[in-house]
Amino acid sequence: MNFLLRHRELALALIIAAMIGAIGAYAPAFVSRANIATVLDDTSILFMLALAQMIVILTRGIDLSVAANLALSGMISASLAQHSPDLPVVAYIATGVAVGLALGLFNGALVAGIGIPPIVVTLGTLAIFRGLIVVYGGGNQVNAPDMGEIFQSFPKATWLGLETVFWIAAGLTAAIALFLNFTRTGRNFYALGGNPLAARYCGINIPRQFVLAYALSGAISGLCGYLWVARYGVAYSEIASGYELTVIAACVIGGVSIAGGVGTVAGALLGALFLGVIVNALPVMQVTPFWQMAISGAVILAAVIVNARVERRGGRLILPEARRSAGAAK
Amino acid sequence: MSEKARAEIADEPRWRASDFLLRWETILFGLLILVFVGDTFLSPYFLDIDNLSDATANFSEKAIIALGMALLILVREIDLSVAAIIALCSLAMGLAAQAGAGAVPLVLVGLVVGAVCGAFNGFLVARIGLPSIVVTIGTMSLFRGIAQVVLGDQAISEYPEGFETLGQDYFIKHPPLHYSFSLFLIFAVIFALVLHRTALGRKLYAMGANPVAARFSGIPVERIKFGLFVLTGLLSGIAAVLLTARVGSTRPNIALGWELEVVTMVILGGVSIAGGSGTIPGVVIAVFVLGLVTFGLSLINVPGIVISVILGFLLIGAITLPIVGRRIVAALAKPER
Repeated sequence: MNFLLRHRELALALIIAAMIGAIGAYAPAFVSRANIATVLDDTSILFMLALAQMIVILTRGIDLSVAANLALSGMISASLAQHSPDLPVVAYIATGVAVGLALGLFNGALVAGIGIPPIVVTLGTLAIFRGLIVVYGGGNQVNAPDMGEIFQSFPKATWLGLETVFWIAAGLTAAIALFLNFTRTGRNFYALGGNPLAARYCGINIPRQFVLAYALSGAISGLCGYLWVARYGVAYSEIASGYELTVIAACVIGGVSIAGGVGTVAGALLGALFLGVIVNALPVMQVTPFWQMAISGAVILAAVIVNARVERRGGRLILPEARRSAGAAK
Repeated sequence: MSEKARAEIADEPRWRASDFLLRWETILFGLLILVFVGDTFLSPYFLDIDNLSDATANFSEKAIIALGMALLILVREIDLSVAAIIALCSLAMGLAAQAGAGAVPLVLVGLVVGAVCGAFNGFLVARIGLPSIVVTIGTMSLFRGIAQVVLGDQAISEYPEGFETLGQDYFIKHPPLHYSFSLFLIFAVIFALVLHRTALGRKLYAMGANPVAARFSGIPVERIKFGLFVLTGLLSGIAAVLLTARVGSTRPNIALGWELEVVTMVILGGVSIAGGSGTIPGVVIAVFVLGLVTFGLSLINVPGIVISVILGFLLIGAITLPIVGRRIVAALAKPER
């Protein structure tokens, strides 16, 4: 039990495996290869957003504006496709990412430059970004027929049985894992979240880390904005409404500590997968989708209780290897 | 040099006009006057006592919750589940009404469910020691989720006559004062007195400024926090009674997104998210600023979502400008040294 609590990613993976097993026993269709692929495709956007959110939460911050950013970037990208449907798909993706990045930098500037608490900043920009969709689009929505084939087909093209959107998520995951674990800037996020004052004394450029965290979160939201709109074939002001809470829930379930400095790529991914499995399993289990919200609420509470038990045990460790070598030295 | 005391205990600083003018509440009040004058010019229908009275109905329910939220944020906690509590209370009242309950039992059901939800939050935060932001994101999903499970895509709209008058009737006819607005005013006075004139109020500031020091000086920090969550739940229950009575129906998406509006009221009111500072008058003025901006803009047919953009900028701008202003003043003052 202690072993599992210490290796919580493993514990979460086992829980998810058991869950999939149980659902599969009830409805064998759920564990078919095609359906597992669907679950992964459907959860890909959540994977990416959870990783982005994790970086922000590592710095003791929070980004409530991700879903609004996603909706605005997606809208602008879609309206580009509406006006010029024959551009290469890179242009639409770049538009989404660029808009998302700009919005993220705005958050970062307010947090790092002015020193407003992140929850206040992103609460404000959440309202602003959502509203700007209506200001920008005049309250109209962009529907699938308006977007053109190039815009829409890209994320849905399949390779090895999985959609492009999954492969993008996989590539991004690898990049973020390398960045957070093997670069100095990446490690600095952990140092900053673990102890901001100590990080400051170590000479870490704290404002730069903040701006980077919100810029990354914004750019990834922008990318997801394009993917979301292209995949679901509609852009209007209410898409992904309230999705920021699902993203934060994925992080919490994955063991990312809201107090900062604690969280792993594997944890965030598993947290997202957990929610993704639930969402996709409910219809298979013939449970009304109305249960989804109550279940995820109960899971969040369970996860945060477990997290607190684990965190109380011992101090936080930035480098697990250091403990092992220290133990060997004794 | 050696005769100087090691630490000087300052006298209470003398009253200075600049201190008063730079207070957040004074700045906000100036903003309120600007909004009021601006609205008067924007629309000829603004300065109409009946219109203004109707406008209060749209923000009073949120404002009542904001009073409790202000105390929570003051002690470094937050409750994001308030709107979900409204949904659950409204559901409970709907079920009770279907079972044939009268107006008074309905109100009691709403209040009790609200207080129980608040106690649940308070238990998890104050007793088990979990971070309130995560707990209340969880309970927000849980409470509204339960309402969704029970209601599905249905609505309950059979409420007894006496109950519906609660939300639509006036406390005083001339000038027309809604029940909800009157309740808000009464609560605001009570909250201001308790926070600014009693030992309990000082304890809240101490808890917000330094929870550990507060605990060591004998303040029952956990018990007070638990109480504040119950209080905020109860206020959400009151808001649920007023709102359900006003709109006359219960839907799963009732009061959706209100938590953010309530938090905006509190933060614009000058309550620091870091805890330990803020006043009830500030929150009350912020409630009026937000309420009147919304009302004025809707009078000239600005769509609701555009109003939310403006409120977002208002929130960020109101916090940014004083900070930037202070920096400019400091930068200008530097060369003279």
